[in-house]
Amino acid sequence: MCACSSPETKKRITVLGVGNLLRTDEGVGVHAVRALAERHREDMPDTDFLDGGTLGLNLLPYVEEANSLLILDAVDFGSPPGTMIDLAGDAIPLFAGIKLSEHQVTLQEVLGLARIRGRLPGRMMLIGIQPADLSTGDTLSPVVSAALPEMLEKAEAVLRTWRGVLT
Amino acid sequence: MTQRIVIDPITRIEGHLRIEAQLDSNNVITEAYSSGTMVRGIERILLGRDPRDAWAFTQRACGVCTTVHAFASIRAVEDALSIRIPPAANLLRNLMIAQQYVHDHVMHFYHLHALDWVDVTGVLAADPQAVASLQQSLSPWPNASAGYFADVQKKVKAIVDSGQLSIFANAYWGHPAYILPPEVNLLAVAHFLEALDWQKDVTKIHTILGGKNPHPNFVVGGMPISIDLNGDLTLNAERLSIIAASIEKMITFVEQVYVPDLLAVGGLYLKDDAYFSTHALLGEGLKNFLTWGEFPGEDPLDTKGLLIPRGVILNRDLANVQEPDPRDVEKMKEYIARSWYQYGDGEAAGLHPWQGETALNYTGPQPPYDLLNVDGKYSWLKAPRWAEQPMEVGPLARVLALYASGHAETQELAAQTIARLNQVSGRSLPFPDVLFTTLGRTAARCLETVVIAHAMRSMYQSLLEMIKAGNTATFNGERWEPITWPGHAEGFGFTEAPRGALGHWIVIDGGKIANYQMVVPTTWNASPRDESGNPGAYEMALVGTKLADPQKPLEILRVIHSFDPCMACAIHLVDARGGDLGEVGVGLNVCVQ
Repeated sequence: MCACSSPETKKRITVLGVGNLLRTDEGVGVHAVRALAERHREDMPDTDFLDGGTLGLNLLPYVEEANSLLILDAVDFGSPPGTMIDLAGDAIPLFAGIKLSEHQVTLQEVLGLARIRGRLPGRMMLIGIQPADLSTGDTLSPVVSAALPEMLEKAEAVLRTWRGVLT
Repeated sequence: MTQRIVIDPITRIEGHLRIEAQLDSNNVITEAYSSGTMVRGIERILLGRDPRDAWAFTQRACGVCTTVHAFASIRAVEDALSIRIPPAANLLRNLMIAQQYVHDHVMHFYHLHALDWVDVTGVLAADPQAVASLQQSLSPWPNASAGYFADVQKKVKAIVDSGQLSIFANAYWGHPAYILPPEVNLLAVAHFLEALDWQKDVTKIHTILGGKNPHPNFVVGGMPISIDLNGDLTLNAERLSIIAASIEKMITFVEQVYVPDLLAVGGLYLKDDAYFSTHALLGEGLKNFLTWGEFPGEDPLDTKGLLIPRGVILNRDLANVQEPDPRDVEKMKEYIARSWYQYGDGEAAGLHPWQGETALNYTGPQPPYDLLNVDGKYSWLKAPRWAEQPMEVGPLARVLALYASGHAETQELAAQTIARLNQVSGRSLPFPDVLFTTLGRTAARCLETVVIAHAMRSMYQSLLEMIKAGNTATFNGERWEPITWPGHAEGFGFTEAPRGALGHWIVIDGGKIANYQMVVPTTWNASPRDESGNPGAYEMALVGTKLADPQKPLEILRVIHSFDPCMACAIHLVDARGGDLGEVGVGLNVCVQ
């Protein structure tokens, strides 16, 4: 296990939480990655916990440099609020849509750009929660807050599998 | 019967910029309305805070072009407190600002605007050998083999075949307004992908000088980095060499990729009879331009020493450029008659930003709605005016100011640009009229990128000479402590952000912020009408534009994108259904008027 800190294995796994902390449940990915970082900074030295916030294109290098990428985000899939969804690899939809501003780059567009450049991480997983409330607010809604522990457990299970493969 | 079309991205959450355009029976825009559908509110957050902290808040006005609001803020505080920053700090700031320009303009072109002109699906029909010959004829850029372009073509084909073409930020593929030959489409798409690598490297200047990127660190009174060639955590010899290499990397890409691509694409559109007769001489509209200026010289407080001059151009009169005084309470005003705010002095009042008020007064429809009431208030943007006139800000304004001031390189580049566009289009383009257009604005952005990228070389040389002379101070702490400040102070801070003139006005009372107003570039350009009914820059620029297909208003996107809008940051919600959440919803509304 001590090999984890060697350059070859270091930073091979990236956990990327994205979202807007000022929009209630839209920030759930950031809340989640912060909690995971708090718990596992010590025992998962080969894993990067990245708060992607609302960054757009700036996230491209982080996505392309990861070997394994776990994304945590709010996902609208038309289910009851608090429901969890896992999407692996190609199941994650990539699209950009029409923008009026250069500043409307979504994470999905970043993934799409990495894909066309042939630099998508080999392993990719998205864990999402259906949001209940996207209005202005800096704490999660009760229903999403209650679902957060499950999101963290799912993320930990994925990381355990990935890290098991690594070592 | 007339109809109104609406372009409003991300309608389900909270929008950014919304355009409503009224069409006549020939699908020509007769009136356009530009609305900011999200309130900023940072002005209110700043009240009562320590002015030395303001930059960290204002920088969050945008999550992408970060630095510009920090520069305007620290300059406003320094102006209010009469703080003179050391010359080395001024040079370091200039380098960061210049880097932001070059980076932003290249990315704006390839990542947003080029796709208004370049049809990605047109790539598939290209002959890679012909693209290679074209590239080799344009510049010595090394990625120029048929194999290279065939590989790019293959990547695009894989995306098209997978049905995920929508990763490209447009959905109007195959629109009749796209006229480029397949080879030019492939060339531009290849460079779009290359620009993504390029941008990653050139942002290192911000990381080095500001400690991190995005949202670098700043300090009132100078720069937070110290210079010591032998230090570990300082601006040392190794970091200087990274900066020098970044500058050369920027210049090479601009000269060998960006400029030739822009001239080829622009020239071919001007050559096209349909584009030339219907659109080529449209897309400006206001005829008024404003710059606050940028890149202070040896004396950071002397506006005459600015590389990009501070100027106002009225009615396109380049012979009489006046220097605007941002302290002029009669001329610099913001109006709210058509904006969702209220002033203590009533609806018709115009306030100088030092007296500015940010009292919200939403009177618009409850979402979801079909149309705004454009006869009343319809935007969260105020209407800034100079001497009662709406102004266009941005690259076209700056290039005109540089040109009018007799800046030799700008005049030379303008002449070369027109000559090349004439050559490609086979026309004799009317100068300067051809500048006051959508393509003129897009060309001006490219032209100023060259000027600024070249200026970085001399900034860097000046920095080296300063270091050699031992002139390495980067911070002036004489007025750091509030006890050294006057009881009351007013300041103006400026920068030319990539998308235009940015001003911050601050009032400090008893060591705290008593008023703070930001008049940002997109507030000028996307301004709604004022109390006299004068439209803003987008609103005027769109008038007269003819749409080939009102359901796919590509022509509107070209005009608006040419301004490089900056609205607040995007929302990141993933839509697992791959639906239209992140797309511009083009609602078609038929109004009987």
